[in-house]
Amino acid sequence: MKQWFLDIWQGLSTLGVGLKITWRHLFVSKVTLHYPEERWTLPPKSRMRLFMKYEDCIGCGQCARACPVNCIYIKADKRDPKATPIFAANGQGIKLDVVTFDIDMSLCCYCNLCTYPCPTDCIYMTPEYEFATTDLTQHLYHFAKKDAKFLTVNPKPPAPKPPAPPAPPAAAPAAAPATGTPPPPAAPPATPAAPAGA
Amino acid sequence: MDGIYSLLPASLPEWIAIALASLIPGVILITLVALGPIAYVYVETKVAGFMQDRIGPKRVGPHGMLQTVADAIKLMFKEAIFPAGADKVLFLIAPCLVVVGAFMPLVVIPFSAKLQTVDLNVGVFYVTAIASLSTVGLIMAGWASNNKYALFGAMRSAAQIVSYEIPAVMSLLVPVLLVGSLSLQDIIQAQAGGLNNWFLFRYFPLMPIVFAVFFTATLAECNRAPFDIPEAESELVAGFHTEYSGFFFAMFFLAEYTEMVVVSATAAVLFMGGWHSPFPNGILDTIPKTGIPLGPFWLLLKAWSLVFFQMWLRWTLPRLRVDQLMHVAWKVLLPISMTLLVAIGGFALWGPTHNGFPWDRYVGWFLTAGAIAWLLYGIYDARRWSKRRIEEMAA
Repeated sequence: MKQWFLDIWQGLSTLGVGLKITWRHLFVSKVTLHYPEERWTLPPKSRMRLFMKYEDCIGCGQCARACPVNCIYIKADKRDPKATPIFAANGQGIKLDVVTFDIDMSLCCYCNLCTYPCPTDCIYMTPEYEFATTDLTQHLYHFAKKDAKFLTVNPKPPAPKPPAPPAPPAAAPAAAPATGTPPPPAAPPATPAAPAGA
Repeated sequence: MDGIYSLLPASLPEWIAIALASLIPGVILITLVALGPIAYVYVETKVAGFMQDRIGPKRVGPHGMLQTVADAIKLMFKEAIFPAGADKVLFLIAPCLVVVGAFMPLVVIPFSAKLQTVDLNVGVFYVTAIASLSTVGLIMAGWASNNKYALFGAMRSAAQIVSYEIPAVMSLLVPVLLVGSLSLQDIIQAQAGGLNNWFLFRYFPLMPIVFAVFFTATLAECNRAPFDIPEAESELVAGFHTEYSGFFFAMFFLAEYTEMVVVSATAAVLFMGGWHSPFPNGILDTIPKTGIPLGPFWLLLKAWSLVFFQMWLRWTLPRLRVDQLMHVAWKVLLPISMTLLVAIGGFALWGPTHNGFPWDRYVGWFLTAGAIAWLLYGIYDARRWSKRRIEEMAA
């Protein structure tokens, strides 16, 4: 008999505890994030869609070699030595004509290994992640452009006088304004947009 | 019904007048009640979401208000599939019977002194008798589906409702015993004069227990969680309505939510003063100066509070096992309700007063104030919880 009352009391008191919890949760602020309207701020160094700045590529192919899934396709021809010399943004001369530079993002595993070996830092991950398509072939991005405007003046000429410690503050000046790029470049990492060496 | 009958011109033939007088309130009631579940399902999804720290429906309409409308339209246009080997006639009759069982008790629910379709002198008896009609529909649905899970659900439902009908009726007899009438209007009139006169707060420790027994038993009769073993999603696929689709499935939903409201309205009538306002001396029984009765408002407020409590319980408690269910019905609720029926009958006969214990004038107010304070403190406490969560997420 005593146990019977104790059982009922236990049932009711635990019911009270449960009701208390659910009642509080009715008013606790909600955790849902309405995705298209609200987004999380991405953590720094988020690895999303790859982007390649064609004007800076020297066609060395180190990224394609580093890629574990072989999703970067590069075809480069030797550049005519008599043509006007062109330079990457870090002052490296471009000796090859990069005919094709394709990245298949449907294969990409977002490991970021391709960006480290790049000598001119022209390939990098952007924080762009909303590029779902209904057609898988649209994930093959073509970065080679016919009308690319290369730098014809070396932005960082080899220093004539070795002792020159106070270097110009603009560490990595951006390339010449590139217009009409087929893959929309998402906001590249903040680089000081100083005009190319005038 | 009588009110409309007297309003009709006397030149009408007798049978047309009677037909109109019963048709008009019936159509109004069915329309209102059939549209009700759209709102209840919306509230249920919102309550469920909020209790799980989600937001619930959000996309369709402002705050997702049209979500259930969209769901209802979708269900209506879906194909009704008849399973191979099903008994077609029973398969079709079953949902109709369930809906009838859920709708018919509304006929006697009084929304105010005049606003009642029929004031049967056996109202309480009628409600319990008709409400258990839907059990027949459930068993029919399970049997006609030719599906073992449907039959399991139907059998569980039968066992559950047969068991819980007894404590429900035992506890429902207590107000009837105190009033000496089965008419719902008489029972409401006996509780006039404010919150402290409600049967819920009479004989203080006793009547609240009676109400708790009645509420638990009716919860089981509605097949609501934690007593939802007839449609236990994780054990039986969906119980008795496994094989139903389209509009027939919607009818089961309609019946379930209507039954929730009916049961809550019955509880409000029997224990919480029906359409009387909770304030003493008839304050706010009508809108001051205009005399418009506020009865429907108070009754629906009480009924919907109980419906909310049912939802609250659903999202708090896990489902009972079958043996636990039977244990609660036969070994806990039934002895309690029988003992209290005898005890309150004795007190009513030989007790200090006929209306309850001397402290009953105050207890109702204290309990209500305590409950409201507890709920408000919960809201205040929830803010602290939110703040702590934000701090945890920031850390």
